[in-house]
Amino acid sequence: MCRLAMKTASEPFGPHGVLTAMEAMQEGYDGSGLGLLLRGVRFADYNYQADAPILSGIAHSEAALHRLDERMQAKGFALKYDHEFDLRPGLIEARDRHKYFVRVYSPPASWKGLPKEAVADELMLTRVGLRQDGEAHGNDLTAFSFWPDVVMIKEVGWPLQVGAALGLADDRIKARVVMAQGRQNTNYGINLYACHPFFIQGIATMTNGENTAFVPIKEYLSGSQYPGYIGYQSDSEVFTHILHYTLRRLGLPLEAYKHVITPLKTEELDSHPQGAFLKGLRTACRRLIIDGPNCVMGSLPDETVLLVMDHKKLRPATIGGKPGEWALASEMCGVDAMIPDRDRSLDFQPMRENTVVVPPHRQEYAIWSQLQPLPLPQAA
Amino acid sequence: MVAVAAVATTPSSLTYHDLPWIIDHREDRCTLCGRCTSVCPVEAIHLTYRRQRLPNLDLLKKERGSTFRTFVGIRQRTELSRRCIGCGMCSMVCPNEAIGPRPNANDERARFHIHQKMDAWKRGGRRNVRESLLDRIVFTRISMLTDPALDAGRHEFFLNTILGRILSPEEFLRRHAKGEWIPPTREIFPFIIGSMSFGALSPNMWLGLLQGVAYLNEVLKIPVVMATGEGGCPPWVLRSPFLKYIILQIASGYFGWDEIIRAIPQMQCDPAAIEIKYGQGAKPGDGGLLMWFKVSKLIARLRGVPERVDLPSPPVHQTLYSIEESVMKMIQTMSMAWGFRVPVYPKISGSTSAKSVLNNLVRNPYAAGLLIDGIDGGTGAAYNVSMDATGHPIASNLRECYLDLVAQGRQNEIPLFAAGGVGKNGNVAQNGMALIMLGASGVHLGKYIMQAAAGCLGSERNRCNVCNIGLCPKGITSQNPKLYRRLDPDDVAQRVVDVFGGIRTEIKKIMAPLGRSQSLPIGMSDALGIDDEAVAKRLAIRYVC
Ligand code: SF4
Ligand code: SF4
Repeated sequence: MCRLAMKTASEPFGPHGVLTAMEAMQEGYDGSGLGLLLRGVRFADYNYQADAPILSGIAHSEAALHRLDERMQAKGFALKYDHEFDLRPGLIEARDRHKYFVRVYSPPASWKGLPKEAVADELMLTRVGLRQDGEAHGNDLTAFSFWPDVVMIKEVGWPLQVGAALGLADDRIKARVVMAQGRQNTNYGINLYACHPFFIQGIATMTNGENTAFVPIKEYLSGSQYPGYIGYQSDSEVFTHILHYTLRRLGLPLEAYKHVITPLKTEELDSHPQGAFLKGLRTACRRLIIDGPNCVMGSLPDETVLLVMDHKKLRPATIGGKPGEWALASEMCGVDAMIPDRDRSLDFQPMRENTVVVPPHRQEYAIWSQLQPLPLPQAA
Repeated sequence: MVAVAAVATTPSSLTYHDLPWIIDHREDRCTLCGRCTSVCPVEAIHLTYRRQRLPNLDLLKKERGSTFRTFVGIRQRTELSRRCIGCGMCSMVCPNEAIGPRPNANDERARFHIHQKMDAWKRGGRRNVRESLLDRIVFTRISMLTDPALDAGRHEFFLNTILGRILSPEEFLRRHAKGEWIPPTREIFPFIIGSMSFGALSPNMWLGLLQGVAYLNEVLKIPVVMATGEGGCPPWVLRSPFLKYIILQIASGYFGWDEIIRAIPQMQCDPAAIEIKYGQGAKPGDGGLLMWFKVSKLIARLRGVPERVDLPSPPVHQTLYSIEESVMKMIQTMSMAWGFRVPVYPKISGSTSAKSVLNNLVRNPYAAGLLIDGIDGGTGAAYNVSMDATGHPIASNLRECYLDLVAQGRQNEIPLFAAGGVGKNGNVAQNGMALIMLGASGVHLGKYIMQAAAGCLGSERNRCNVCNIGLCPKGITSQNPKLYRRLDPDDVAQRVVDVFGGIRTEIKKIMAPLGRSQSLPIGMSDALGIDDEAVAKRLAIRYVC
């Protein structure tokens, strides 16, 4: 089963520490890949302004890179910064990686004055367009994310080795939130896009476990014809999309996510202060009930970090750390590797009805129980 | 020697070797107690006597001679109206294992003569075809890659489904915020006792089912519901708290609906749902038929008709022009009658037009579901040709409808329920779960419940199947007190509870290996496989061999 490690800190830090945590947890997974998401980024050689979108991906050939440039130019994007990885290509298993790109663009002039949602949609459509262009050309172009303040890297191999291949230990990219997942695709084929974390409009999650309700959920999301709800090379991608759906399209607060994916039982709802509403929500969203076991970790554009577990997950993930710095990992040793000098009495392993949330101030984490009242204007 | 011309035969003369069932009677064991002949519902056997010759064989004498004796014994009749139906009641009551029916391995010449007096062959039961595609579906996806697998015996499982219109999440939140009407839904067990009318079933059978259902709900907390079929509901049930476990059916004859409407002010609770019957899998395009044999005093009163007359319902709702109009008029009226608190949905027979019916319903906010009944459904009375050869198998019909909803991103907004041959060979949980994974929100069982809970003798070998003429040897489908007193309601209730308890365990045994426990695996088609490439393609499931 895959391993998850995530760290959030007020001071930007290099991703290498998180990769070490992956190494600590290596027992139990097959090292078939690494997925990294960095948020709140800082480049050593570039003064990044947090609202410019960053495109992350891989061009597998010169021609693909060329098409990428043309496409971005045609849309009116201006390239501001092109990160050069300190590559050691010999350490990479795959032989067709022409260029890993992490590029900062300035948005087209025509976007000035567009509402935030419209910009978000344009960014998503641009990424989806690049992805489809790559797919139309024999998968020679892979686009992971296109969003301000987010960098994504995915590659096949053991995490530390991938890190070494891309020179990630040199701290030329730092971030305040780093999510890392060691890939093992539970049920479906091997594919770069199958690697966690998954990303849509600033929302990212990664999972370990098995989403047995994948096919019906996938069918439901695809049926909504929303352009970003595509992919599904992995059964975990739907967790990201459900989070996006809950927050962006239904406009519900983050607390509602767990009620959507793992609703309470009827007997529990009978005595819940918003029981009637939550029963209705469960019925309306029942096609999105995940039927685990799963542990989901995620992060939001404002650098909020979350961790939920479903009813069936027997092996709980742990959160631990200290004010200003928190680590989450699927195994306790992962937390140890990321923040060894923490107060262990603050460690917590959520089960069943809990959502653990580290808000952007990172002074402490909150535990939300599904049994508590839901702060919802409609539910009043 | 008899002259050839003197042998009396008619075009439909038959001997018992030509009949579908042949009675084996062992004279050496028979004590002539007469139980078999008295229990035979169709008088296929009778006690008779005849003169029997005993040859005199004296080897020392030249002359041969005979003496005679009067022999008493049991004989099978060969008139078609009294042909043995293979029910086996005679062997059930015989104290000496001396008698029993045997299926005819030879050609059944009787089939050529079944039309008598210009009448076509009518019967009850189910299609006389034993194969079932559902039996061949296997659950191939076994979850063993992650956390320890589920234990069907130990883990907690949520098996219930939703009956009623389900809003899209966006629409639900909008209506909730505005305080608008939200369609009623029910949380029910996904296996439902399908429509069998009070009229088709005997009072004892009905009572047994109801008792069993009440026990399942109130003691075991398994929310099983049962549907009534056409013909209303006994008045005491309408005014009882058990009404909430009952789906009331309104069919094209509207029998029994006066009573129901009149009882509304005195109802202690709402019924589970209202089912509007458009068609039935066993005889699509045909109306209901309660033959006069079964229109007893009680039934006549419930239905508001004279005693002992045939009660055919028209094949269509003659007051309605189309399903759209029905949804507009009938579904809305019925919803209104119960203050929009009760789901109202139509039942149609499986057919190529099911998809268009569904699409009409999807666009109407008052439709609460769709029940599709496939060709293998059973009935109390129908023409044999309708049962055997008219209709559409359920699997592909349901799947097509479900995938159509999927393409619109609206699966289960209109929950689909499937019926027609679920458990016809006894594999009830497997058949039902296969349909659920093909996209059904639940399944209806009729014949299976009669067979499992009341010992109905009907089989796909055309055994028994005389439900139509009120002679049900088990007392399940008869209104004759002499017959239905054979059935003890308490025993039926006990069996109903056993059956559903067993189904519940089997569902868990199917779900646990798939890694499902939190929600019913509706549409989980990635778990299904079948050993036929063409079928796999048609159903969009995996081909395995
Ligand atoms: S099997 Fe049934 S129908 Fe045939 S003789 Fe026996 S009791 Fe009569
Ligand atoms: S036992 Fe009764 S219900 Fe069953 S087939 Fe015979 S007549 Fe019909």
